[in-house]
Amino acid sequence: MAQAESNYFVPHGSYWPITGSIAVCSLMVGFSNLLNGAMWGKHLMILGAVILIVMLFGWFGDVIKESESGTYNNQVDTSFRWGMFWFIFSEVMFFAAFFGALFYTRVYSLPWLGGEGTGATTNSYLWPSFEAIWPLTANGPGEIGGEFQTMGAWGLPAVNTALLLTSGVTLTWAHHALKANHRGQLIIGLFLTVALGAIFMVVQSIEYIHAYKDLGLTLGSGVYGSTFFLLTGFHGMHVTIGAIILFVILIRCIRGHFKPENHFGFEAAAWYWHFVDVVWLGLFIFVYWV
Amino acid sequence: MSTTTADDHHDEHHPSGMMRWITTTNHKDIGTLYLWFSFIMFFIGGFMALIIRTELFQPGMQFVDPQFFNSMTTMHAIIMIFGVVMPAFTGLANWLIPMMIGGTDMALPRMNNWSFWILPFAFTMMLSTLFMDGGGPAGGWTLYPPLSLQTGDALPFVIFAIHFMGMSSIMGAINVVATILNMRAPGMTLMRMPLFVWTWLITAYLLIAVMPVLAGGVTMLLTDKFFETSFFNAAGGGDPVLFQHIFWFFGHPEVYILILPSFGVVSSIIPTFARKPLFGYSSMVYATASIAFLSFIVWAHHMFTVGMPLAGQLFFMFATMLIAVPTGVKVFNWISTMWRGSMTFETPMLFSIAFIILFTIGGFSGLMLAITPADYQYHDTYFVVAHFHYVLVPGSIFAIIAAVYYWLPKWTGHMYNEFWGKTHFWLSTIFVNVTFFPMHFVGLAGMPRRIPDYALQFSDYNQIATIGAFGFGFAQLIFLWLVIATIRGGAKATDRVWEGAEGLEWTLTSPPPYHSFTTPPNVEAELGLASHK
Amino acid sequence: MKQKYLIRSASSLLGFMVITSQNVWADIQPYNMTEGVSDISNQVFGLHMLIFYICCVIGVLVFGAMAISIYRDRKSKGVTAAKFHESTSLEFLWTAVPFIILIGISIPSAKVLIAMEDTSGAEMTVKVTGYQWMWRYEYVDSDIDFYSILKTPRDEIYNKAEKNENYLLEVDNELVLPTNRKIRILLTSSDVLHAWWVPALALKKDAIPGYINQMWTVIDEPGVYRGQCAELCGRDHGFMPVVVRALPPEEYDQWVLDQEKKNMASSSKVNDKKVVEVTDSQVALNN
Ligand code: HEA
Ligand code: HEA
Ligand code: CUA
Ligand SMILES: [Cu+2]
Repeated sequence: MAQAESNYFVPHGSYWPITGSIAVCSLMVGFSNLLNGAMWGKHLMILGAVILIVMLFGWFGDVIKESESGTYNNQVDTSFRWGMFWFIFSEVMFFAAFFGALFYTRVYSLPWLGGEGTGATTNSYLWPSFEAIWPLTANGPGEIGGEFQTMGAWGLPAVNTALLLTSGVTLTWAHHALKANHRGQLIIGLFLTVALGAIFMVVQSIEYIHAYKDLGLTLGSGVYGSTFFLLTGFHGMHVTIGAIILFVILIRCIRGHFKPENHFGFEAAAWYWHFVDVVWLGLFIFVYWV
Repeated sequence: MSTTTADDHHDEHHPSGMMRWITTTNHKDIGTLYLWFSFIMFFIGGFMALIIRTELFQPGMQFVDPQFFNSMTTMHAIIMIFGVVMPAFTGLANWLIPMMIGGTDMALPRMNNWSFWILPFAFTMMLSTLFMDGGGPAGGWTLYPPLSLQTGDALPFVIFAIHFMGMSSIMGAINVVATILNMRAPGMTLMRMPLFVWTWLITAYLLIAVMPVLAGGVTMLLTDKFFETSFFNAAGGGDPVLFQHIFWFFGHPEVYILILPSFGVVSSIIPTFARKPLFGYSSMVYATASIAFLSFIVWAHHMFTVGMPLAGQLFFMFATMLIAVPTGVKVFNWISTMWRGSMTFETPMLFSIAFIILFTIGGFSGLMLAITPADYQYHDTYFVVAHFHYVLVPGSIFAIIAAVYYWLPKWTGHMYNEFWGKTHFWLSTIFVNVTFFPMHFVGLAGMPRRIPDYALQFSDYNQIATIGAFGFGFAQLIFLWLVIATIRGGAKATDRVWEGAEGLEWTLTSPPPYHSFTTPPNVEAELGLASHK
Repeated sequence: MKQKYLIRSASSLLGFMVITSQNVWADIQPYNMTEGVSDISNQVFGLHMLIFYICCVIGVLVFGAMAISIYRDRKSKGVTAAKFHESTSLEFLWTAVPFIILIGISIPSAKVLIAMEDTSGAEMTVKVTGYQWMWRYEYVDSDIDFYSILKTPRDEIYNKAEKNENYLLEVDNELVLPTNRKIRILLTSSDVLHAWWVPALALKKDAIPGYINQMWTVIDEPGVYRGQCAELCGRDHGFMPVVVRALPPEEYDQWVLDQEKKNMASSSKVNDKKVVEVTDSQVALNN
């Protein structure tokens, strides 16, 4: 809500945004060229990534400095909260697109191809031998991409679920510790969270290798492979980002940043982590389980 | 680029020259950047429209290759939507929202800078594809696969450019939400906010909800093309129509993103020149919210011909028709605001009145399109092209122009030249109709859209439309000149500028100080609220 | 037809009809939608006119009120502004009335739509496949299968020769269909999206690779009906017309026999060869 404070902090000119634009632009122009078969695109990508990292350090460095020097009042804090909240909402919608694709194919287009209801003609004229069962054991009606097996829910994915859920708990523990000003517990809790996140990533890598090597399940495995890898892949990317953010927060905690009553940096990272957690539950249920 | 803001000196280490604009975190500077960017893109996108219209002047292929023609159509639309209307609205939001709600600046100033400064990169990337192998994107702005997957080297560039545009809009929208929710002066309750602020709050919400969905959709295009996925390929169990659902889940709310802030602008201008408070303020707010809500459940009216189940078609038909109700409420409220007012007709008012009439005509054709069986005939013809240009050009674009005339004296401290303003208005209004009205007829007579050449019976109307387009384009040169002239000089504007203007922005000097309200204003006193309500 | 009657009587209620009857509209063709030659197309036309008239009436009221206000409530005439700024009953009224009008429109629309979607009881089936850039027609019940491609010469397109009357709307092999029979049309595509559209039949649906869409028609009158591809399908999207020649049933049956005889004479390979030829000439056309 509106507040009467008049000394809202407006930073002076900043070079970081334009640096960021140059960074992402180099990164993506490089990537585009690489996709079009020009190998030099790789170098441009690396350059872009380096600039991006510099930019992130610089930009967040400024913010941290300002924050620690007490430049931000409560109103600024609220702005950050709204900003983070809506950013996470936009991320939710990004995942919604992929979940939407998954539901659409499972509920609508596959049965159509398989000849259900009004799809009878489609099936009999175009894909007479195709039967729609999920998970698709063959690779869709055109049988592209070779034989594969699907990923079961109760092996590595269940382990990963446990890891992420536990990490949510350790993070909450750390948060309580921060509020109670128990720095030791805070650091242990955060460390455990980051570690669990890292283990999650390792397990997921193993899972991917297993999929490619043993199951024959690849990005090319029809729409099952497409939805599987894009959903879990983008989630994995978010876990990575979340873990990096938490790692930075951990370092800051070790350096003595944050106060029991004022630690939005920590909270933002925690919100993000919980969001990643919840997305995983959706994945576990709809991609692996049912 | 000339500056429209009074520099203030407590910003000691404030870079000057180019660097001032590149590094600025000031909402007015950033607003100015957005508006100029949008203006430049308008000429580029309009130039492409003129290429389209020139080729369509006569039957037969005269000037361009069909592939290039398609890429002009595609780029014209992407530029006009993402490069013109959206940045123009964000520019207006930047300039106006902090002033209207009695705030210092936008809530997240550094991010504000980034939301702007990613746009020039995005559009450079997109425009550069015109010079690549295989030419620019030519699958229509809707990017339907499998056709869009036939794009040459341009594809990844276009997709990433769209990602950037999306990032820019999301960051811009987050900033608007945070500003509105958190930067209001005490006493500026939600239901006292000017409608422009309200419409932008709801627009921002739409943006945050749908831009990521578009990003997801084009990402799937990318993986289908380069990473062997089969989202849109039946052979792998996917479906090309899936992309259309994703696209229009974004695309339909998007068209309201392009119109809601216009509603806000017009709701500010009409009361000023009618010298009478806006009629039905709260129903305006609720109508905006209902339009936004409905916009999420009507997307498939763009896809009536794809072969949806009957129940789906019925649902989307009914839901779409419902949007006429809240939109009608708005139109009726504007007219009731004018009713028994004491009106004068300066340029902003003229553009707003033309907006109401011509937007309503566009809305009527929209309603006709919503009738599924009839849409089987209209779909993908020039009737659709006529519909959306009516809501977009004399709709969004006119509202933006009206806003510029209305607030330009406040921004620059100078009055524009009323004679040239009115000339601009009359030329624009006449030619916009000459351009787009005949398109209804060729559409009904059966001319498909996105074709570079057509059958003989469509010749007459196409000729008229082309003449209109050049006339309309010419009229915009007057506007360009007028804006520059007003920035450079002209009669001094008073603080209130317009006799009937109400709202906090008019209590500031013209031009306003660099930081709008460093101490929060006394809202109730400034708005004279003690008297009524 | 009852629905047709309903729609028409509804629109005539609007009074406008008295002055401008639908037939007058239909006569000045280039200004309006084709009334068409099937029951459905007539109904669609009726709906189109109905909602058009409704919009006209609303438009006259809304713009009329605005005109009055603009004329009367001018500061230059010395009027002072009233102060009112809300009225619950008015606002309720103009929410409810449009809503009721919309319900009035949606009922006949839904009826026509339901009729359009009912492909049951078809007497014959044609499978239409879109290609970049031509159509293929397979008569599912008889052994007829051919491609249909733009016939307009390149010189006409590039303005080196006088354009003929059917410029861009003429093909080498027309789709021949019978009148007075319920025809089911199956649509699919071999490459990108296309849409098969004949305005006179009010038939338009997308041809989607890997999926089949259906629609149906009963043509009332013999004649030649021209349409175009109505979904952007690349470079030559503007150059893949549809031409339907509707023959009376007996003539149609004769045509089928003739075609089948011809097929017997030549092998089915002809068709495949033709694809190649056709594609080559298409390329030639474009370069
Ligand atoms: C600013 C942008 C904008 C706006 C505001 C609208 C508003 C509406 N649009 Fe439009 N539309 C587009 C931009 C917009 N559209 C674009 C860009 C496309 C094409 C995209 C593409 O394919 O490239 C499109 C296409 C499009 C289609 C798909 C056509 C097709 O491809 O076959 C349909 C179909 O239903 C449709 C319907 C509507 C409706 C019902 C409204 C309603 O919101 C209109 C409501 C307004 C009124 C009705 C007028 C005022 C009301 C009254 C005075 C009250 C009383 C009235 C009655 C009861 C009738 N639009
Ligand atoms: C906000 C959106 C917006 C705006 C403002 C416009 C503005 C215009 N549009 Fe746009 N248009 C779309 C959105 C918009 N359009 C969309 C979404 C499509 C669909 C694309 C698709 O099918 O994928 C489309 C498609 C479209 C088509 C159909 C193309 C096709 O189907 O093949 C046509 C054809 O006439 C057209 C014309 C015009 C014209 C004449 C203007 C005019 O109003 C433009 C006026 C402006 C100018 C003319 C600029 C003035 C500049 C000068 C005069 C200087 C010139 C400079 C030099 C000579 C150096 N547009
Ligand atoms: Cu085929 Cu357009
Ligand atoms: Cu829409």
